Amino acid sequence: MPDPRALLAALVLATGAHATDSGPTGAEAAWLEHLVIQDCGSCHGLRFKGGLGSPLTPEALAHHDGPETLAHIILDGIPDTAMPPWRALLTEEQALWIARYLIDPDARDKE
Amino acid sequence: MSRFLVLMSFVLLFAAGKSIAEPAMPTGALGVVIERATGSVLIIDRMQHEAIDRIEGLGDLSHASVNFSPDERFAYVFGRDGGLTKIDLLERRIAKRIIQGGNSIGGAISDDGALVAVSNYEPGGIRVFDADTLDMVADIPAQSKTVGLVELPGRRFAWAGWESGDAYMADLSGPEPVVTRLGATGANPYDAVLSGDGRHFVVGLFGEQGLTLFDMWEDAPEPVRFLSDYGKEGEDMPVYKMPHLQGWAFTEGQFALPAVGRHAVLWVNRDTLAETARTKTHGQPIFVLSQPASPYAWVNFALPHNDTLQVIDSRTHAVVATLKPGAAVLHMEFSPRGHEVWVSSRDDNKIIVYDTHRRAVKAEIPAQSPSGIFFTARAHRTGL
Repeated sequence: MPDPRALLAALVLATGAHATDSGPTGAEAAWLEHLVIQDCGSCHGLRFKGGLGSPLTPEALAHHDGPETLAHIILDGIPDTAMPPWRALLTEEQALWIARYLIDPDARDKE
Repeated sequence: MSRFLVLMSFVLLFAAGKSIAEPAMPTGALGVVIERATGSVLIIDRMQHEAIDRIEGLGDLSHASVNFSPDERFAYVFGRDGGLTKIDLLERRIAKRIIQGGNSIGGAISDDGALVAVSNYEPGGIRVFDADTLDMVADIPAQSKTVGLVELPGRRFAWAGWESGDAYMADLSGPEPVVTRLGATGANPYDAVLSGDGRHFVVGLFGEQGLTLFDMWEDAPEPVRFLSDYGKEGEDMPVYKMPHLQGWAFTEGQFALPAVGRHAVLWVNRDTLAETARTKTHGQPIFVLSQPASPYAWVNFALPHNDTLQVIDSRTHAVVATLKPGAAVLHMEFSPRGHEVWVSSRDDNKIIVYDTHRRAVKAEIPAQSPSGIFFTARAHRTGL
């Protein structure tokens, strides 16, 4: 009889940890979280309170229409600013995952 | 009885001598490594190739940097969250910690070691503190995020403004600080550096191409633009990490500096400020550092090329070595005489020590998400 906890862990891995229906899961989501904290954090602060880049806290991002708008900024950058387009390094699904991660910390906690 | 007293005084003398001798370890081989994600720093011994202690509770250490007191006893750690922490390297503890601003980007220490200046994003400007007590002695506000803070001889500091595109100098040798606007730098200066002879304050630009140089040996330094067209032959590439000018290479009468939005190191004649050569590199350069007492410059790169280092010969401008130290290489620090370079690999959670002459790994030291590496020898370098 397999350990039910191991089965559960395998299920969580297979279905992914993210609260949304589709998009990056498991190791890919972990990589994205690492990227957001460490690499976005280089300009926006490891705690997203801003630096050379603007703050990325949920309050600071509240004026965006939704994660789709923010995902576009991540993919295409903001011309004439230091925000680069990440399209060469991220897929649209990955950018959307990052946008949701930043906007909704509650969903983040469920991972 | 008298013999007993003599004996007792010897015992007391011995005990006193021991208690004084115990903490008196030398600090010349020590250094501080920032562990950016955990808000901690390692105290390392670069001769023993080991971490000797970890100090915790330093807050948000993204982009943290360190300066040292002239006696190499105290390390001043400048955190992202406005924290300024004074670490006692002998007692291996936090001697004093203050939150001096909301969002900060680095600091500098005056040539006499009396004053520590911090460069702030929020609120913008410079704040200057007594290096002993960390009491604020001057508050110099600015409308801009301040970047590129350097120390100038004679209790002076210079910096640039990201939004305002100009540079300033503050003289703190008198009873009141005297602030002078040095002039316009160009759009969005991202960092600056002072040459080791204290002469050239060089400001790098992000918002437009080129750099601006001020001759700080002059009574009234004027901005001089150079390299203002180094990339017109093609589209800029995305800059996934801002380059740094701290400790960039001055070698063989040349500046070696990172191109912005180009996978290239630019070589500039220091007298004429003309570009003399261009080295195609593996990625967008971040640090271009001169290996002491050698013709070589070592370069690391922005995402997604940040697992690589390249070594360039300043005589031929050719890449002579390409190394793969580990994932997310953020910083390099040379031993003062250049026999070793310490490299931080953030995502492999380790410091890699290279023998610079063989360009071979001679040691590895575990660390948690390490970024900046700072040896106490920095205490004796102008501009920091």
